[in-house]
Amino acid sequence: MSLVNFTAREITCKIVYYGPGRSGKTTNLHYVYERVPETRRGRMVSLATQTDRTLFFDFLPIDLGQISGFSTRFQLYTVPGQVYYNATRRLVLQGADGVVFVGDSQARQLDENIESLQNLQSNLLEHGVDVRTMPLVMQYNKQDLPPELILTLPELDDALNFRSVPSFPADALHGKGVFETLKAISELVLKKLAAGSPTG
Amino acid sequence: MTSTLNPRFTFDTFVVGAANRLAVTAGRTVAENPGSAYNPLFIYSSSGLGKTHVLMAIGHAAKAIATQLNIEYLTLDEYVEAFHAAIAAGQGDAFRRRFQNVDVLLVDDVQFLTNRKEMQTELLRLTEALQQAGHQIVLASDRPPAEIADLDERLISRFSGGLVVDMGIPDYETRVAILRRKAEERGQNFQPGVLETVAKVEYPNVRELMGALNRVIAFQAVNEAPINEEAVRRVLGIPSAAASSTAASSTAASPAAASRDEFSQFLTDVTVTVGKAVEAWRARVTEAVLRWEGEGYRTGRLELLLDQDTPASVDEAIASYVQDVERLKALEAEVAVLDPQAAGDKVFRDPDLVAAAESVAAKVREGAAPPPAPSAVFTLDSYVAGPSNEVALNGARDVIGKPGKKYNPLVIVGQSGLGKTHLLNAIGLELAKKKHAIVACLSTQQFVDELIAAIDGNRIDWWRARYRRATAFLLDDIQLLAGKERTQEELFNLFNQFLDADRQLVFTAPAHPNTLQGLEERIVSRLEGGLVVEIQEPDKELKRSALERLLKSQRVTTDAALIDYLVDRPVESVRNLGALVQRVVEAAAAQDGPVTAGLAREVLEGAPAPRRPTGARTSGIVVSSAGGVRSREKMVWDWPAAADRVIEDLR
Repeated sequence: MSLVNFTAREITCKIVYYGPGRSGKTTNLHYVYERVPETRRGRMVSLATQTDRTLFFDFLPIDLGQISGFSTRFQLYTVPGQVYYNATRRLVLQGADGVVFVGDSQARQLDENIESLQNLQSNLLEHGVDVRTMPLVMQYNKQDLPPELILTLPELDDALNFRSVPSFPADALHGKGVFETLKAISELVLKKLAAGSPTG
Repeated sequence: MTSTLNPRFTFDTFVVGAANRLAVTAGRTVAENPGSAYNPLFIYSSSGLGKTHVLMAIGHAAKAIATQLNIEYLTLDEYVEAFHAAIAAGQGDAFRRRFQNVDVLLVDDVQFLTNRKEMQTELLRLTEALQQAGHQIVLASDRPPAEIADLDERLISRFSGGLVVDMGIPDYETRVAILRRKAEERGQNFQPGVLETVAKVEYPNVRELMGALNRVIAFQAVNEAPINEEAVRRVLGIPSAAASSTAASSTAASPAAASRDEFSQFLTDVTVTVGKAVEAWRARVTEAVLRWEGEGYRTGRLELLLDQDTPASVDEAIASYVQDVERLKALEAEVAVLDPQAAGDKVFRDPDLVAAAESVAAKVREGAAPPPAPSAVFTLDSYVAGPSNEVALNGARDVIGKPGKKYNPLVIVGQSGLGKTHLLNAIGLELAKKKHAIVACLSTQQFVDELIAAIDGNRIDWWRARYRRATAFLLDDIQLLAGKERTQEELFNLFNQFLDADRQLVFTAPAHPNTLQGLEERIVSRLEGGLVVEIQEPDKELKRSALERLLKSQRVTTDAALIDYLVDRPVESVRNLGALVQRVVEAAAAQDGPVTAGLAREVLEGAPAPRRPTGARTSGIVVSSAGGVRSREKMVWDWPAAADRVIEDLR
C-alpha cells in the first residue's frame, strides 16, 4: 500500500497492534477511541467473543485532518492473539506501516511474549518484510499489577527488546502509556516517509 | 565602532518554519558563496521575527567556512554615527576605504535611511563599490526597499537587484518548536500541553512570544510546582478553555477534558512530524533551486517539481539535474579552450538543453581542427646537408632537442630555393613527434588568409584559441607580413604568449629580419632576439649529394660524368638544380634515350628542347607567369602549360 499519496495529497498509516493473547491490544484501541473526538474517528469495528476475546480483528480509523496540506489518516488494527488465528494475523499484517508489540508484563506470560514476537517475525517474513526495516515499538502492558507478579522494565527489555526499539511501560486500562506508544510509532512511521522513499 | 556578532545567533539556533525558510536558505547560500549568489541580499520582516538573528547567522556561517573573511555587522545608526565621527575628524576617505575592504557587510535596520539623503548617497556609493569588488552586502529592514520613505530610486533599484526576501510570522508548529527549543536552552521542563497553550496565542512576533515564555518560566519558578495549562492561561490572560471544555473549572481534571488534551497533544506531535517529513523534500528542492540559480543555471525543471508534488523521485530528479549541470560545466570548460566565444552560448546554462549543448560542443570540436600541420613530404632525413647549410641544420637540431629552451625564435634566412621551407617543415615534423605536441606550420600567406576569414566569420576568438593551443608555431616567408598590420598585431600577441610559455617559434625569411621592409619594429626586434641562421648557396658537395638523390628518385642510372657536369653548372639553389635534372630527364624521355652528360649539355646549353605537356607526377618547380611563388610549399605535382612556365636560370 502507498503510505503517502502526493497526487491526492493523502497520508495513510496502517499501524498494527501485535502481541500474545490477552496482552491488552484491544484495550489500547478502546482507550484511543474514547479520546478521539467523534468527528475524527470512524466506527470501531470489533469482533469479540462473549468473553471479550478478539475473534477476527479490531479496526479503528482516525482522521487527523489536514496536516501540511495532506489529509492524514491513521488506521489502527489489532490481531487476535490466540495461537490458532495465525492466518488472520498474517492477513492483518499485510501492508502494515508500523507495528506496536503489546507485551504482557506478567512474569508467567514471558514465554507467550517471546513466542508471539517470533510469530511476528515469521509472519512479516511471509510478506517479504524484514522485521529490522519495519517501524516497531514495544509496549509492556499491565504495569499496574502488583510488583511481585510482573517483570521490571529492564528485565522485559532484556528478554524481548533485543533490537533496542523504543519501549514504553503501560497501563492500557487506565490509559497510561497508550498515547506515548502511539506517538512513538507514528513518529517512526512518518520518519520513514521523511527518508524520501514511501514504502511501496 | 561596529557590533560584534552575538555567538548565540547562528543558523543552528534559528528555528526554521515555512514563514522564514526562504530567507534562511538564501542566507545560507550567501554565507557559502559571499558576493556571488545574491548581492545584495535584502531581508525584511516586521520587528522581532529574526532579521538580526539571520543577519548574524550569515556572518557566523561565512566566517566558519572561510575564516580569513573580513565580516562586519552594524546597524544603520552605527554606520551613520561612524560616518559623522569620521567626517568630523576629517577622515572621510579612510572611513570609505575601511568599509570597502569588508568581505561581508551586514547592515541592520536599513529603514532608518528615511530622510537621510547624505547617508543614502554614501550607502549607494558603498554598495556599488562592494558589488564591483565582488564583496557581499546583506541588508535587513522592517519593510521592503520600495516602502522605505524618501529612499533614492537608485538605491531602491540596487537593493532590489539582488534578492529581496521577507520573513513572516511563524505558524503554530514553528511557534511550538521555538518554545520547546527556548525552554530547553533555559533548562526548563514543562508539563505536556503548556508550551502548546502558549503557542496557540498568535503573538505578532517572536519577541513577544519569548516574553510570554519568560512569564511562564517565572511563574513556575515562584510556585515551585510544575505549572499546568490552566495556570498558563491565567498567567497569560488567555480566555479560559472552559468554553471549549465541557467541564467547569472545578472539574478541570475530568476525563473528557484530559482525553481531549491527550488526543490534541498527539495531533500536535503528528502535525510537527508530518510537517517536517513533507516539507523536508520541499526544502531540498528549494535549496537546489537557490544554489543553481545562484550559479547562473536555469532551474525550471526543479521549480516544476515544487508544483507537481512528485516527491517519490525528488532525490533522483535533483541528482539527475546536478548530473546534467556537471555535464554542462564539463562541456563549457572544454569548449572554452577551443572557442571562448562559443562557450558563452546559453545552452551551457540550461540543464534541459544538454543535448543541444552536446551538439554545440561537437560542432566546436569539429571546427576546432588542429592548426595546419607541417607537410609530411619534407622530412629531416631527406634534407641534404652540406657546409652551406650546416649552421642552420645545427640550429634546427638544437631546437628539436630542446624546443623553446635554446633558441627561441629560430629564424632561417636565405635566398629562395635553398631549402628553408624544407628545413622548417622538417623541424615541425620532428617537434610533432613529441608527446602532446600540436605543431602549427604554415605559410604567412595562409596565416593572413585565415585571419581575414576569421574576422569575416566573426570567429576571431576561435581562430586565436586554435593557435594558442599549439606547442610550436612555425611560419614560412615572414616577409609577406609586410603591411599587414592586423596580422602583425596578432602575431605579436601570439609571439609573446609562446615566448612566455617557452614554446618554440620558427620563422623563415629571405633576408635578415632587420633588413625586411614593412615589418613592425617590435616584431623585428623579437625575431632578432632569437637565433638567425643563414643558408648559403649550395656548395659542390651539397649539390653532388642532392643530385645523387634526385637522379635516384627519378630512377636514372647514376652516371659520374653526368653528375660532374651538373655539379659544375652554376645554380643558385637546390631547387634550380632539380629543375635542370628535370629538363634533362624529360628530354631523354622524349627521345626514348638514356640520360647522359652529352644529352644534358645539349639540353642545357643548346636551345630548350620542346616539351610535351604531361600529366605524369614529377617533382620540380612551378614559377607563375607573374614570377611569384603561389603554392605554400612552392611545389606542385602538375605541370602547367609551357607558355606559363619560365625557367629561372634563363631569365
